[in-house]
Amino acid sequence: MILDNGAEVIIGLEVHVELATRTKLFCACPSAFGAPPNTAVCPVCLGLPGALPQLNREVVRLAARAGLALGCEVRLTSRFDRKNYFYPDLPKGYQITQYEHPICEWGALEVPLADDAVRRVAIRRIHIEEEAGKLIHEGDSLWGATGSLVDLNRAGLPLIEIVTEPDLRSPEEARRFLRELVSVLSYLDVSDLRMEEGSIRCDANLSLKPPGFSGALEDLARVEVKNVNSIRNVVAALESEVKRQRAVLDAGGRVERETRGFDEGTGTTLPQRSKEAANDYRYFPEPDLPVLMLDPSVVEAERERLPVLPPALRAELVGRGLTSKEAAVIASDPGASRYLARVLAEGADTRLAVTWMLGDLARLLNEAHVGYGASPVGPAALAELLQLMAQGTLSGRLAKEVLDRMFATGHSAAAIVEDTGMAQISDQDVLATEVDRALAQHPAAVADYRAGKAAALGFLVGQVMKATRGQASPDVVNRLLRERLAALAPSS
Amino acid sequence: MSMREAESAAVVVSSVQRGDRTAVSVVSAALARIEETELRLHAYLHVRREAALAEAARLDHEAPSARAQKPLAGLPVAVKDNLVLAGAPTTAGSKILEGYHPPYTATAVARLQAAGAIVVGKTNLDEFAMGSSTEHSAYGPTKNPWDVARVPGGSSGGSAAAVAAGTAVVALGSDTGGSVRQPAAFCGVVGLKPTYGRVSRYGLVAFASSLDQVGPLARTVSDVALVFQVLAGRDPHDATSVDSPVVGRLATAPSRLAGMRVGLVAEQADQAGPETRQAVAEARLALMDLGADVVDVALPHGRYGIPAYYLVAPAEASSNLARYDGVRYGLRVAGRDVAELYLNTRGAGFGTEVKRRILLGTFALAEGYYDAYYLKAMQARELLAQDYRQAFQAVDVILSPTVPDPAFRLGEKLADPWSMYQSDIMTVGANLTGLPALSLPWRVAASGLPTAVQLTAPWLGEERLLLVAAALEALRPGGEAWPDPLASPGTSGQGGARP
Repeated sequence: MILDNGAEVIIGLEVHVELATRTKLFCACPSAFGAPPNTAVCPVCLGLPGALPQLNREVVRLAARAGLALGCEVRLTSRFDRKNYFYPDLPKGYQITQYEHPICEWGALEVPLADDAVRRVAIRRIHIEEEAGKLIHEGDSLWGATGSLVDLNRAGLPLIEIVTEPDLRSPEEARRFLRELVSVLSYLDVSDLRMEEGSIRCDANLSLKPPGFSGALEDLARVEVKNVNSIRNVVAALESEVKRQRAVLDAGGRVERETRGFDEGTGTTLPQRSKEAANDYRYFPEPDLPVLMLDPSVVEAERERLPVLPPALRAELVGRGLTSKEAAVIASDPGASRYLARVLAEGADTRLAVTWMLGDLARLLNEAHVGYGASPVGPAALAELLQLMAQGTLSGRLAKEVLDRMFATGHSAAAIVEDTGMAQISDQDVLATEVDRALAQHPAAVADYRAGKAAALGFLVGQVMKATRGQASPDVVNRLLRERLAALAPSS
Repeated sequence: MSMREAESAAVVVSSVQRGDRTAVSVVSAALARIEETELRLHAYLHVRREAALAEAARLDHEAPSARAQKPLAGLPVAVKDNLVLAGAPTTAGSKILEGYHPPYTATAVARLQAAGAIVVGKTNLDEFAMGSSTEHSAYGPTKNPWDVARVPGGSSGGSAAAVAAGTAVVALGSDTGGSVRQPAAFCGVVGLKPTYGRVSRYGLVAFASSLDQVGPLARTVSDVALVFQVLAGRDPHDATSVDSPVVGRLATAPSRLAGMRVGLVAEQADQAGPETRQAVAEARLALMDLGADVVDVALPHGRYGIPAYYLVAPAEASSNLARYDGVRYGLRVAGRDVAELYLNTRGAGFGTEVKRRILLGTFALAEGYYDAYYLKAMQARELLAQDYRQAFQAVDVILSPTVPDPAFRLGEKLADPWSMYQSDIMTVGANLTGLPALSLPWRVAASGLPTAVQLTAPWLGEERLLLVAAALEALRPGGEAWPDPLASPGTSGQGGARP
């Protein structure tokens, strides 16, 4: 994104993803969400005197898995460090993280942009760290509070932090990057990815590069917007930062390197209190944990267990005849892609399956707020419905009605057709009677048709469909009507 | 004076195992002894009178076969008050933890209890184990049983005094820069700093995590060995613990050490005062009498020990002590906002020495100084480790003084932290390198104060260390028999010569 004053937008992201393990990073406390405050705690995650961390190896596996999926090198030796700062949600007065030697380095994510363009975003590193607790203030913030409550259930939950290079060029690209990242992660079963519960949070860095600037990007004044909790808010924060920095530059000012927070209420960023921002974290190697060693065979096993990921899946779907838009929609959602795979495995026609999945089924799922994985109409049931259409037992219109009933009742398409007698009537003898009756009852329409008004044919088809409660095969009715009308002598 | 003179831990334990004596009677005697001495010594911060008697009674009610399985059945032990024990307060000698009751028990303590030992009380220490005299306890100093005008050493001064005074047969201490060995030397008891990781640190209130190690103090080498055997072994709660339990029984004192190669750190021996030099010289001859070859070894980087230690230890301490913020437990001094809460709580809760070390450590880790201080200290640590590795290619154990001089007077070094720090010069090496080291009392000097020598072994070499120490112990002036510092009246006096 180049602004009209020639400045280029430079964005890098740090994405914090809470990993879905049964227990916390350094103790055996459950990682249950929504437990009563301070009940999922123990001496370790409370930071009691004398307690020591024990590393949860499942976290290591999930972090390596995420790294592999993002094309990173997984380091066979990495190390934990302490990041020291005071905050009431941080029970030990330091966070155990990986500073000098993260577990994964140097990967990339290819982000689809508009018009089939792609932005390659380098992943500089992925490291493991522990989550802090939760504060509830009586008042606006910690500093203005008349009282604050501390809940340490969340303290010590495992996180990975994914750090990109400053490769993104607009808030829109940031949005696409985050959506692509979330969809890749959603295939890995490493995180619940619940935005509203804070299982993904983002720190966004933004600089404006003036035209003609030839130095290193690191030398640009960078503003970090901390702790933004949804993709929408990240985009809003970045857009607001572009405007703000632009205004500063236009007024002849200099953008200060600083840390800002995002205010959801106003949709703007605000400077953070210097007390909160100005920190020397005094990193040093965590003496309570040995260097983390990974067996190469463990990494290779994990690599082999990786599923097909969105980029490859998109290509595969396009190869099967999907449009790139359809492929993007289905590939972005593991539920959808697994669903499609199973429908096709049942022998359904690809085009028909995609049309129905993204059309009527998607509508029903949206209304019910459920995903493909939890659809009351499973892949086999949909395939059966599509089969009945292909056989001519159901028309498209009927099939839609049957799908609605399947969705509501969970019954199979065949059972619904059987119970309601909704099968399509293709029997020529039956339909010939109805066609003749319609011709007899609507002489005006017949005359119109013979006078060259083609629309009159549609009216007559409609009459037959009405008389058969929609069950007549539109193809057969059309053919019979045309034959009968053609057999009548021309009007002039 | 009751049991303490002749009775080793093994004698106490076997009499309780056999049912010759009840655990209650043993523990009652220890508690009575505490009552008798505590006003003079102040070795304890908390005495577990009811709990100890109740645990002893429970042990007495166990089936004799079950009791016989417990290697420390009925043994009264004292625990330094920086090891947590559920049900008793833990202060770590600090005001900031006044009234804090931990909900769990340290692995080292739990192992002793599971083996049948009865914890009679929590012993005094320098605040957060930072000090060499126990004068930095927020709850007042402990006195040396040999001369109550003198310090017992530190930081495990309470544990050393408790054992020396016979109020516990064995005590647990912690050793970060000499905090088990130096008070053991000052109080005339045996103190072992095990290999880093050999004993779990889980439940030890952290001072400097990469240096801290839990170790036992007792009157004899065999008592130390008995307890060490119970303490050692991997603990899943401590990721730095080593899977190296003691296999089989530790050897009793051999009468010969033929073929054993002993290295003498001549430079350190020369730095010591006359009483200590005498002790080292006698120990050297004793080793030769036992058939050992004694040669000089050099630790060329030994002089970096103190500077490295006083960077690494405060740096880690500054981080470890950040949790005492008044938010969750311990002292809380309110303020207008959270920053004031921190400042007020930590300002009121920490003593001068702790604050000094937090400042030192914070500075050493600060951005822009890390490479010059912390990293440099870690490099010096590695050079020192190389020195020891080199030395251990030529010798099996190293002999040196534990401390330059016997116990100093209360108040003597309080105003001069630099000179207090220097007294750790012979002990910090084992912590910086993770090696096991033991302080063995040698003779009571003419001044009436005990002297000591130190033995250091290679990594996981405790068995060899205890073997050599036991052999030496048998040959020291007076042998295993060791005078009772409180035996004669008048010990509340000013430290005159002992008979």
